[in-house]
Amino acid sequence: MGADFVTLSLTPILIGALAAVACALPGNFLVLRRQALIGDAISHVVLPGIVVAFLITGAVATLPMILGAACAALVAVALIEAVRRLGRIEPGAAMGVVFTAMFAGGVLLLEQSDTSSVHLDVEHALYGNLESLIWLDASGWGSLTDPVALAGLPPELGRIALTLVAVALFTGIFWRPLALSTFDEGFARSLGIRTGALGLALVVVSALAAVAAFDAVGSIIVIAMFICPPAAARLMTDRLGAQVGWSVVFAILSAILGYVLAGYGPGWFGLGASVSAAGMIATVSGVILALAAVFGPRRRGAIVAT
Amino acid sequence: MSALSLVPNADRVAADAAALRAPLAIRGLTVSYGQQPAVFSVDMTLRAGAMTAIVGPNGAGKSTLMKAALGIVTPLSGRITAFGAPVELQRHRIAYVPQRASVDWDFPARVIDVVLMGMYRDLGLLGRVRAHHRDFARDCLDRVGMTDFADRQIGQLSGGQQQRVFLARALAQNADLYMLDEPFAGVDAATEKAIIAVLKGLRDEGRTVLVVHHDLATVAEYFDDVLLIATRKVAEGPVTQVFTADNLQATYGGRLATQQIDRLPGAGA
Ligand SMILES: Nc1ncnc2c1ncn2[C@@H]1O[C@H](COP(=O)(O)OP(=O)(O)OP(=O)(O)O)[C@@H](O)[C@H]1O
Ligand SMILES: [Mg+2]
Repeated sequence: MGADFVTLSLTPILIGALAAVACALPGNFLVLRRQALIGDAISHVVLPGIVVAFLITGAVATLPMILGAACAALVAVALIEAVRRLGRIEPGAAMGVVFTAMFAGGVLLLEQSDTSSVHLDVEHALYGNLESLIWLDASGWGSLTDPVALAGLPPELGRIALTLVAVALFTGIFWRPLALSTFDEGFARSLGIRTGALGLALVVVSALAAVAAFDAVGSIIVIAMFICPPAAARLMTDRLGAQVGWSVVFAILSAILGYVLAGYGPGWFGLGASVSAAGMIATVSGVILALAAVFGPRRRGAIVAT
Repeated sequence: MSALSLVPNADRVAADAAALRAPLAIRGLTVSYGQQPAVFSVDMTLRAGAMTAIVGPNGAGKSTLMKAALGIVTPLSGRITAFGAPVELQRHRIAYVPQRASVDWDFPARVIDVVLMGMYRDLGLLGRVRAHHRDFARDCLDRVGMTDFADRQIGQLSGGQQQRVFLARALAQNADLYMLDEPFAGVDAATEKAIIAVLKGLRDEGRTVLVVHHDLATVAEYFDDVLLIATRKVAEGPVTQVFTADNLQATYGGRLATQQIDRLPGAGA
């Protein structure tokens, strides 16, 4: 592995791994709260936000789009709460209504406005552009200490790293109340923990991770990483801390294996073109989940045997 | 105005003075989830150092009353104080055991982890769990006879064992007022005896215990006071005075045959 690797593969793998971990961390709590599909839903509701940001600025600038996506996520959370209270229906149904409506609104906006000239299409939204996040300024491992080359790192890397730091801080600082209110909300409230605000914060942090990852790697990884590594990790252990640890390992493993398999796998099998890295990363995470379901020490059935 | 005109109010004044310091005092509490109120205009005052049962049919609002008292659900109206101050300021003095079925026992935690949750107010967000925390948690497990299960995953416990773990978590809160929602639901006779012994121990230390209870046959044996509720309060006071056939009839309506009530220990007509 030499200069080529550093230029072409190092940054996409890093970005993929950081994005995967940023989604998997809050994903642990979402999965335990049976809210795992929120990750999926967020990646849908951000569409109108991104389109509106484009319409306002008239350019595919990343910052306004991320802001637009984040606003859309917050609007969605507020709408869900409003529909749930006013309509007196269960949260799942309220989410379904809001997510579908917002995604449909986004598609309509996209069709009505003239966005065909820019790269704002469905394929991009699904698979992102992980393969294109290369480090052209790098000339080998030595570039890691070369300030000039480092300045040429793809900006997505910095953004996703920053996002991961924020997500990790939130998870670390609020670990105890998050665990408490996930396990026993009534008891948590009796202790004075504001479970409503905390649940909302979890969704907002998940949205932040989803939006940053969406920008770099597309929604397909976002959906997979919120669910697959935490779900697989749950089958490995009966302790929350260990579960989160396993989920981080699985997320990183999926990113590395998936990227390598997508780039070189088809060649090994004598096929011509490589396949989408994002798609392959998602697939690998699914395979890990399947393996955990069959061999995990804490899968159903294994527990009875102990 | 002579002093005489105050006399008719003397009872109320005395009651309010008691309520001012009571472990729990509720005035005019109304809670509603939808159109129908679940709890309507309930007043109650807990006697310090007593064991009180909340008794009423399914859907009578027993759990709701307890949740409102703890600030878990927001009432439409009413005033609630604990030890003479708003409940939010007294949370460190109140322990709560929710209905066992209200939580997900598949959650990845061991028995000892659940008991440590009772020390959340001590530990705070980032405080480290130290040896003395663990020792106290094991102590609490010991008091409910669950020492050997400390490292067991909570999903691998029987219903009665889960209930004991919940009680241990409440003990770890080291509170002055204990509120338990149906701690005897689905537990065997041995566990029921063990739990009641722990609760009586708390009472004998001068702490106050409030229990949502379903088994009319044991009310007189276990409790000092009783609150009968069917959305509205029917009666409250010492078991010997208010646990009567008439009051039970008013609480349960036609659902409880009169002969059944007559056979209850302590429920004189
Ligand atoms: N979260 C909720 N949403 C809507 N209605 C509720 C909710 N919780 C309780 N209720 C309703 O409020 C009323 C009182 O319920 P509550 O749980 O307080 O009764 P309970 O006396 O504890 O009954 P049980 O003996 O069955 O535990 C019932 O009619 C119930 O259907
Ligand atoms: Mg109840």
